[in-house]
Amino acid sequence: MSIFKSKNQKNRSRKNNKLNKGYLKKSFRAYLYLLPAALVLIVFRFIPVGYSFYISLHKWKVKKVAYIGFKNYIKALSDPLFWNSLKITVFYVVGTVPITIIISLIIAYLLFQKIKGRSIYRMIFFLPYITSTVASAAVWLWIFNPGHGLVNQLLELLRISPLKWMNEPRGILKIMFGNMGIAIPKWAEGPSLALVAVMIFVIWHYIGYDTTIFLAALGNIPSELYEAARIDGANRWQLFRHITLPMLSPATFFLVTVALIGSFQAFNHIYVMTSASGAALGGPLKTTTTTTIYIFDRFYGSIKTGYASAMAFILFWIILGFTILQNYFGEKRVFYE
Amino acid sequence: MNNKMKIKSNGITKTKSKFSASRFFIYLILTVGAFISILPFIWMILTSFKNYHEVIARKWIPSSIRFSNYVIAWNMAPFPRYFANTFLVATATVIGVLITSILAGYAFARMDFFGKNAIFILFLSTMMIPFQIILIPNFIIIKKLGLYNTYLAMIIPWIGSVFSIFLFKQFFTTIPEDYFDAATLDGCSHFRFLLHIALPLSKPILITVALLNFIWSWNSFLWPLIITSEEKMRPIQVGLSYFTIEAGTNAHQLMAAATLTIFPIVLLYFFVQKQFIEGVKTAGLKG
Repeated sequence: MSIFKSKNQKNRSRKNNKLNKGYLKKSFRAYLYLLPAALVLIVFRFIPVGYSFYISLHKWKVKKVAYIGFKNYIKALSDPLFWNSLKITVFYVVGTVPITIIISLIIAYLLFQKIKGRSIYRMIFFLPYITSTVASAAVWLWIFNPGHGLVNQLLELLRISPLKWMNEPRGILKIMFGNMGIAIPKWAEGPSLALVAVMIFVIWHYIGYDTTIFLAALGNIPSELYEAARIDGANRWQLFRHITLPMLSPATFFLVTVALIGSFQAFNHIYVMTSASGAALGGPLKTTTTTTIYIFDRFYGSIKTGYASAMAFILFWIILGFTILQNYFGEKRVFYE
Repeated sequence: MNNKMKIKSNGITKTKSKFSASRFFIYLILTVGAFISILPFIWMILTSFKNYHEVIARKWIPSSIRFSNYVIAWNMAPFPRYFANTFLVATATVIGVLITSILAGYAFARMDFFGKNAIFILFLSTMMIPFQIILIPNFIIIKKLGLYNTYLAMIIPWIGSVFSIFLFKQFFTTIPEDYFDAATLDGCSHFRFLLHIALPLSKPILITVALLNFIWSWNSFLWPLIITSEEKMRPIQVGLSYFTIEAGTNAHQLMAAATLTIFPIVLLYFFVQKQFIEGVKTAGLKG
């Protein structure tokens, strides 16, 4: 909306002042106001994007070694570890984004009912989100500790045998079916239990944020809609299904977009939970090596700067592709007033 | 806002309040959820008071409230230095962000200039750039500028915050045109108008922007991790990540360190909870 308005303003003033010295002077003064922010953005946002592409076309260690064209990209596409990292990233995204949004929607919906102590509930749900992922991941790492952790202690109370969590490279489906004595093929093993532990942490961490957004969106639904539907005899489920859900779709769409972009870039908590678990960064057996972790490892661990840049670029295109796809398919389902 | 929400939610559940069973389930689900949300923090604080024996024996409640773990953690790694670094970097970042984004936000909101719309869209487009793609070149740029392992390296890349510019622009646009016309009639320049009229009016947005940027800076990890090489330059999150490895099996000491790391932000959150949640909502709904 505001973009269109300023466009009109601009066109108008352009017509009136096309060769006006005063307009140029005015523009110059405005540029001075923009200068500090623009400088930072140019040096640390715009230039790096081009520079990153330039680096990706080179064999580059600490310094530039040689121009090699698109060889880094070809190398990435034939690198099984890179493909493995993409698979793990997909597990991570699919395993966290929908669950977080569904749980948050339920919590927000319940909180929105006539609830005593709503603000206290909201405060508690929001607490994980404000704490740093480094500190809270360190806490969760110990909660999942096989020997002294809280989760295994709770499992034992429920007479379930303790699990190795962050040290468990086996897929979760393999473990589940294995307990029932059923062997399953390798491709169907699912994410490793270590990755599942990371995902549980992520869901815990982001629920408060999604809930807050949903709560705000629920507050924006006109109550007349509910009243009208109730007069027509709609029951609670029908109200939720045909009014609340469609009216929330812009918020849901926004949260999915943010979550998708965010989880493709997830790093901090995976780094902390794996590097300190005794299983090495991205471990065990690389089953938590998402693409971001793999890029970091190639860049910071093995100083393969050119190769890491090429993979970062591929990841960027994947994120962009997902965002465009989601926009294309999501846009049709979103209900705008 | 709150009142409006209350009235509306009254509307929804007016007829339902007699069904106490469904209300019971609502409270049950919410309470269980809230308990899961807060349990890690409770466990963290309880563990920070335990001794090694109690950690191994998986006792829930420590036999006594002992602060020795805090003292040990505090002395095992240079935590005072970590905190000082973080505080310095976060404060400087906030000041930098405020200066750049107030000026730019004002220009976009109240000034007329050539290429305004195009520049604004260019600014906004930087929010789409994923962090990994600029991480490596920024690392090299910072090294070339001779800023590797300095505070400036942790501050400067983050003082151009498009999100903050956007918030200020939105707010300055809402100031009535009459104020500005009256001020210019009295010979007031843009800068004086901004300083004496626009800024005092924008206190809530100032607090929101400052708060969010402070917390982002406080919690930032990956960038300071790669841009610092010496222990004495590390901010708290990086320090804590090393301590996580160093602490080994001493969970009680690690939990004490984690509590110390989380504490300042939680304290801040309790004091300015309202602005905080409003800020996140604005960030969410408009960003």
